[in-house]
Amino acid sequence: MPVANVALNQALLLAAVLFTLGLLGLLVRRNVIMMLVSLEIMLNAAGLAFVVAGSRWQQADGQIMFILILSLAAAEVAVGLALALQFYHRFHTLDADAASELRG
Amino acid sequence: MFHLIWLVPLLPLIGFAVLTFTQGRLIRPAVAWVGAGSVGLSAAVALWIGANFILHPPAGHAYTLTVWHWISVAGFRPTVGFYLDNLAVIMMLVVTFVGFLIHLYSTEYMAEDSGYSRFFAYMNLFVASMLTLVLADNLLLLYLGWEGVGLCSYLLVGFWYRDPANGEAARKAFVVTRVGDVALTIGLLLLYTHLGTLHIQPLMHRAAEQWPVGSSLATAAAFLVLGGAVGKSAQLPLQTWLPDAMAGPTPVSALIHAATMVTAGVYLIARTHVLFALAPDAQLAVAAVGAATLLLAGFSALTQRDIKRVLAYSTISQIGYMFLALGVGAWAAAIFHLMIHAFFKALLFLASGVVIHALDDEHDIFKMGGLRRELPSAFWPFLLGGMALSAVPFISAGFYSKDLIILDAWSSSAGSPWLWAAAWIGALMTSLYTFRLIFIAFFGEAKTRVRKRPGVRMMVPLVTLSVLSVIGGCLELPAYMGNAPLFTNFLHTVLPSVHALAASRTETVLELLSGVASLGGIYLAYLLFLRYPEWLRGFARQPWGAALHRFWAGDWAMDWLYDRVLVRPYHWFARVNRSDAIDSVYRGLAVVSEAIHGGLSDTQTGVMRWYALTMVVGSVIVLSISVFL
Repeated sequence: MPVANVALNQALLLAAVLFTLGLLGLLVRRNVIMMLVSLEIMLNAAGLAFVVAGSRWQQADGQIMFILILSLAAAEVAVGLALALQFYHRFHTLDADAASELRG
Repeated sequence: MFHLIWLVPLLPLIGFAVLTFTQGRLIRPAVAWVGAGSVGLSAAVALWIGANFILHPPAGHAYTLTVWHWISVAGFRPTVGFYLDNLAVIMMLVVTFVGFLIHLYSTEYMAEDSGYSRFFAYMNLFVASMLTLVLADNLLLLYLGWEGVGLCSYLLVGFWYRDPANGEAARKAFVVTRVGDVALTIGLLLLYTHLGTLHIQPLMHRAAEQWPVGSSLATAAAFLVLGGAVGKSAQLPLQTWLPDAMAGPTPVSALIHAATMVTAGVYLIARTHVLFALAPDAQLAVAAVGAATLLLAGFSALTQRDIKRVLAYSTISQIGYMFLALGVGAWAAAIFHLMIHAFFKALLFLASGVVIHALDDEHDIFKMGGLRRELPSAFWPFLLGGMALSAVPFISAGFYSKDLIILDAWSSSAGSPWLWAAAWIGALMTSLYTFRLIFIAFFGEAKTRVRKRPGVRMMVPLVTLSVLSVIGGCLELPAYMGNAPLFTNFLHTVLPSVHALAASRTETVLELLSGVASLGGIYLAYLLFLRYPEWLRGFARQPWGAALHRFWAGDWAMDWLYDRVLVRPYHWFARVNRSDAIDSVYRGLAVVSEAIHGGLSDTQTGVMRWYALTMVVGSVIVLSISVFL
């Protein structure tokens, strides 16, 4: 059942709102875990846009891209959590701003 | 056997290497053996080769030995090669023999100097460079020797470097000769670009084939070569360095600034005489430079107080005679005077070294006096050398060589009565200033006590050179004395004989007149400096007399002129431009890039959220541009 144009616009708007929220979260939060969560929200916003677009044009590509994004997100979380763990070991905090030793 | 020629320059070079790398750790006798011995061996090899050359000349009266190819790039293949012909044989023998005698003398003269090893190292390097210069078969290798002797001259003039005045004299000698060397370099480049080779013999052949007589290229090349020769041989207008170069030790003055290096210019012009024959203008300039220099230096020598400066000006003047001879095409006469001059001028310097040593480094002739009885071991050599310098008829070698030049200045097709008159007045001046020196320093009453007397190692060179200064002339007897021009005949294969106008009775008159000049000058010196010295004192009291004296003593104010025209403006410019205007462009570049670096490095905060924000802003900007524009 194809999505109507109005629904498409609303869904894309939702995706944009989600993406912006994630982005703002990434910029505002200093906790590494919360930054990873924000990244997940941004990825899911992109996935939502793909799914909605695939539904609108009756193409499977959107869903394939969503699966791709899911695996990407899984990989990203694996690496990101490992990094967060190492980060905590080294700095005894989860504040991302503490790791600013490369400043010029 | 001629293939051993490479040993002649190599032996002194080995001596230099040994003395340099032992860094003065050798004991003094060992230094003397290495220093003088290497040159002595070189002289022995040179004598062996020279004797063979004279007795069994090689085919074509020339022998070329190519040791190796120095450079090979894009058709430019100069060799390290030696060329032995009659001219090179004479130069080689003079350099090694006079060099060896002066080294022998130095082993005693310099015995108490703290830089004994350094001295012999430099001297050996000098002899090696000078031999490279005279034996080179191409102009590039000749130029290497040319610069080598210039370097050694610099090092040895400034040998006693603790006195800043000596360093200044050394720098002056180096910089002034450099002016000439630049001209020579340009000349060599000109010859190479137009004739395609630097090997002297093919070069001369091609020049004679491709350039007509008087062509502008030949004239330019000859003038540039003349520029180099003028600098090295201390001729007008670059003669100002030689009197100051007397700051070096006396054996250095004898070897470098009298006998060998300063005559390199004469050798160079004789070597490239084909070029000068193609450029009559340049050849006339050679004669004019020689005539002017011999007169100016003669007058300057008359007013000096320092014994070595008198001799320095006399060297300039005698090389002026050689240039005059080259200029009128009397090539062999120039080389003959070069050889005889090497003998008697080395003798004069070595004898003055004995005097300076005996009087504890006293150079002022007015503080000497009466040395005839006090120091006969210096007086007799000095008298014989002085006689040769003033060309006393028949009993001195200088008579035969100098009169040949004076005669050729008149009778050669390129000569003129004017050149002859200059040479004649110069001859009068020569005996005047020479015997002024002898009368003031060796006659009268003693003013300073003699403290040291020369030993055998100083006497052997003095005696040998005295003998040569007396009998050296029999190599070339003039027409009225049996007509045996052995020397000219020997050089005939290399240097063309002089184009003389028909011999006439004037020749006899001219011979008589030059005898008159020589003896008259001595008599005049006797009157002015020994018999009636009050005449000159009265003259010097006149204001214009004193002014003239100052003018001559200051080398015709040329030092003053160069100081005002060149040295002071240069110093002024260096002072004004202390911050270097051209450099400010590059300094500006550095300042700008440093500012950019500072700005960019401030953006590296290390805060990851900041990076993320800039990425977002950047992608928003790029997206907006691609969407809305």
